[in-house]
Amino acid sequence: MPPTTMSEPWRIVVAKPGLDGHDRGAKVVARALRDAGNEVIYTGLRRSAQQIVDTVRDEDARFLGLSSLSGAHEHLFPKVCELLKQQGLNDVIVFGGGIIPLGDREPLYACGIRAIFGPGTPTSEILEFIEQATQLENTGVGQDSDWYWTSSA
Amino acid sequence: MTFEFLEQAKSGDRRSLARTLSSLENGLVKIEEVLDEIGPVPLPVDGGWQTLAITGAPGVGKSCLLDGLLRSWAQKGLRVAVLAVDPSSPRTGGALLGDRVRMTVVDDRELNELIYLRSVATRKASGSVPVIVEDMTKVLLALGWQRVIIETVGAGQSEVRCAALADRIVVVEGPARGDGIQAEKAGLLELADAVLVNKSDLPGAEIHADEIRESFELGAGNTPPVLLTSAIQGNGITEAAEMLLTLSSSGRSTRARWRERLLAYHERKILESPQLDELLEKLAKGSILLDEALQIIGGEHNE
Repeated sequence: MPPTTMSEPWRIVVAKPGLDGHDRGAKVVARALRDAGNEVIYTGLRRSAQQIVDTVRDEDARFLGLSSLSGAHEHLFPKVCELLKQQGLNDVIVFGGGIIPLGDREPLYACGIRAIFGPGTPTSEILEFIEQATQLENTGVGQDSDWYWTSSA
Repeated sequence: MTFEFLEQAKSGDRRSLARTLSSLENGLVKIEEVLDEIGPVPLPVDGGWQTLAITGAPGVGKSCLLDGLLRSWAQKGLRVAVLAVDPSSPRTGGALLGDRVRMTVVDDRELNELIYLRSVATRKASGSVPVIVEDMTKVLLALGWQRVIIETVGAGQSEVRCAALADRIVVVEGPARGDGIQAEKAGLLELADAVLVNKSDLPGAEIHADEIRESFELGAGNTPPVLLTSAIQGNGITEAAEMLLTLSSSGRSTRARWRERLLAYHERKILESPQLDELLEKLAKGSILLDEALQIIGGEHNE
């Protein structure tokens, strides 16, 4: 059964920060989000934190998905969150994915990232996260909820 | 009802501009309300154009070429906004908006204050541009963006809807797209105010440009300029950017433009009907006939 058409699709930016050239994961996620009826803006490879934040601003995105497989997530993800807050984009909901060891995740949640999805996460789980994040209050990157998604992978 | 973000958009805040465009797209605010707040659309200077559509088949290089053109224009200090349209899935309503991947100029810290790029999905509209783009264009012009470029969905020979929305139409062509007869066929090329034959680094581009020129010369009216460009090598881009800035209308398509306008507005009325979803549901189930659905939608207009 195709999902029912939403009258107002979510606009979601899917971005690849840094020098990492692997975008298969980002494309799989973008496709799943698209097929669920969302408008997905894909940035392409090797974007700086500033470029990603400019894109979120100009595209009026509700969500930002960051993908990193290079190990630079500890540096790049917090930087993106910081810039989003600086520009007053506090209500944007940020999630991440890629090769991100479990031990690295806590500090990322502390920056306001609301989910980290590792390899093998079913795409349906990402859709559930999107649904829940929009139903809860104050889940934006600069908002004060403590909530984050407990992912299966 | 007034919206706070309209005021902020007026003072130059880009997030608020983006939000204003979304609100129009989602039908939360009417264009008249927006213009009341932010001020009127300025008149064109000396009969020049304010909106330009860039159209052509999928994969001919529209986005890449536009990236180069934007760079030239921004270097001259022009403030240019782009509405880049990509298709929505007719099944799920979702869309992958990928035009940013090729637009590197928006990442240039020196120039990006002068360029605003917004990806737009066609949503329920048919054709290569949704009509809501016209309202978005008005907002951008009213907020001081000097030119608005509409990059259409990759368009086929007969998709001329962009004619309804833009002051000028540029058709992007490429080599290896058929013989001279393709240029003779009626359709999109007839409405072009200029043609850019892109990928001039590949064999066949020059021959194709000649074929198009020849075809134009057989017709009546002004002959639109036909230029060769190579977006990937940067050849011919500066010349094309210069030529496009002062491009005049070929004047061959006034009637066709009005026809497209009429069709576009008629379609918009149907798409904005509050009963549309319900009617589609009923049609899909077979519980009403097409004629009945048309009557219900038509009746509502007359009220």
